[in-house]
Order: sequence, then C-alpha cells, then structure tokens
Amino acid sequence: MVPELPWMAVFLGVVAGTVARLMLLRVDYRQYPTYPEAYLSHLAIGVLAAFTGAAVLPALQEHQWTAATFLVLVGQQFTGVRDMERRYLSRIDRVELVPRGPAYIEGMARAFEARNYVVMAVALLTSGVALFSHNPLLALLGGAAVGVLGFVVMRGKTVGDIARVRPGRLEFNGSLLEIEGVVLMDVGLRDAREKWRERGLAVVLEPIDENARDTLASPGQRQAMVHDAAAILGVYIDVDTPELTPLARRDLRSGNVVLAAMLMEPDIGPLLEVVKRTPLLEASVRRPNSVRPGRRAAD
Amino acid sequence: MEQIETVGDIIAAVTIDRESVAGLPTIVARDEKERERIANYMARIFQAVVHDLENGTYLIVRH
Repeated sequence: MVPELPWMAVFLGVVAGTVARLMLLRVDYRQYPTYPEAYLSHLAIGVLAAFTGAAVLPALQEHQWTAATFLVLVGQQFTGVRDMERRYLSRIDRVELVPRGPAYIEGMARAFEARNYVVMAVALLTSGVALFSHNPLLALLGGAAVGVLGFVVMRGKTVGDIARVRPGRLEFNGSLLEIEGVVLMDVGLRDAREKWRERGLAVVLEPIDENARDTLASPGQRQAMVHDAAAILGVYIDVDTPELTPLARRDLRSGNVVLAAMLMEPDIGPLLEVVKRTPLLEASVRRPNSVRPGRRAAD
Repeated sequence: MEQIETVGDIIAAVTIDRESVAGLPTIVARDEKERERIANYMARIFQAVVHDLENGTYLIVRH
C-alpha cells in the first residue's frame, strides 16, 4: 500500500504546480507580448519546477537524502531563467522605439525567476499534504492557498498606489517643451513643435509622500512608465523621428514628475490609466521614511 | 577608465549666423526657411534631433 501513495502525491503536486505556472503566465500579459515559444519554454521549466517540488517530500520519506541536492540544482536553473530573460530583453531593447530600460528588464527577469519558486512551493505543499493526509482534495486546497499567497505577494505595487496622476498642460517656451514650468526637451523644428501641440499629451504625477517622491525620481521607473504608455497605446515615433520620443522629467522644486507623450491613441484617459498601472520596480523603490534621518528631514 | 556618457553626439550645426558657431561641421543657410529645411533633412538623414539654440543656430544631435 505504501508504494502507491507517493505516486499520487507526486502526480497531484505536478498538476497543481503546472496549473499555478499557467495562471502566472496569464498574469504577465502586460509585460510580455505573447509568443508561443516563450510560453512553451516557461511552461516546460514550470513543469520541471513542479516535479522537483512534488518529489521532494516523498523522496525524503524514503530516506533519499539526495533529493535535497536536486533542489539546489533546480534553484540554479531558475537563476538561469533570470539570466535568459535578462539577456533576451536587453538585446530586444536596443531595437525598441521606446526602450524598457535596464531597471524594468531586471524587474521582469526577477519576476520570471520568482514565479518558479511559487510553482515549486505549490507543488511541494500539495504533494506534502497528499502524502500525510491521504486526501487529494485537501492537498489541492492547500496548494491553491499557497498559490494565492504567491499571487498576492508578487502582485507588487503600482505607480497609482504612490502618486496622484492627473492631466497636465503642455506648452512651448520658445523651442523648449514644458509641462507646468518643467522643461522636457528642446524641440528645434517648427513641424515637430506643431505635432507636439496638436497631438502631445501631458501627465503630471504628484507623489503622496517622501518615499513616493524618491521612487518616482528614479529614471528607470520613469522609463518604465513611458515604455508602458507607448507599448499599450501605440508608439507614434519611428527611428528617424526621435524628437517625438515620449519622456518623463522631474520638477525639482516639488518632486512631481511630468510626462509628455505622443501616441497613436491620443486619449488622456487611457494614458492616465496606463501610467497608474505601471508596476513599481524593485530597483527604483526608495524608503527614506523608514529611517530616522529621512523622517526628520521630511518634517 | 570608464568613458563619460554623453547625452548625445553633435552631428552638425545649421546656422544663419556664421559667427555664432566654431569647431563644428557647420552648414550656413541663407535664411530661416532654408535653415529649417536643411535641419529637417539632416535630422532625417542622421536619425537625429534638431535643437534650437535660439541665436540663429540649430544643432543636429543624435541621442
């Protein structure tokens, strides 16, 4: 009777882990345009992660201590996933009209790595519960609970959580493109200025506190917003019209960030929405308020 | 030593005031209209941006 049970546990663990990976693949639609090869390779690695997670406890129960070393090996594979994504995205970034920037890429690569750990945890818990409770339903419930926890933890914050996002007014001071007194760039050609006047959209982000102010200051975070805006609402530029590039600059006086963009869909509503939903990047998040000098400076 | 990252490379200057530019490849235009047209061509040719110094000179810069 004993030899049958581990198989059931492993099977359930693999299924639960694979389902978790599939669901996590769906969540990242904003970050990644879909293409079948990537889905397949991430799913394959996810199945491997699920299998390792599911097999660990049954193996240990059989006193197969080598199972632990396999975990280490698999962990290295996941780091490999991060490297792979980083390499791919960095290479692609060179031919993007509006690049993601290294900070965004690093965040995405880490997310892809971390997802495999969630898959492994789901598989491990599912197979563990199955092993000890002999109850498949309870096992799947346990796996689902870990999965939900993983989802919630990895959701992360977005720009909308730390800043008030509102429309702004775009104007020219001579050849300087400005939003509410903040200079964004010098546009020399009259035609280009005319295009900006006709089609340009302006967004102002007001950080809610000092943490938010310093996070939005990160050029990486600002590039991520600009990239998302262009990726979702349509780039208006081509390689030979760099003067139409969307960009975001800081107001040094207030810490506000202003963003100017020309997009295929010149609607301010969706642009505000996209900016709000841009994920906060791990590389950009600052928390001056969590240390005493920072708090004192803020008074 | 690490190289200092520049904001962009200056390709050329297009000006109607020959006196205001030195040390750059310079194209002297007859009037503002010609300057605008030449700058536009240069920008497209070099995939660059035209910046206006507002003293009669445009800089063509690749970012």
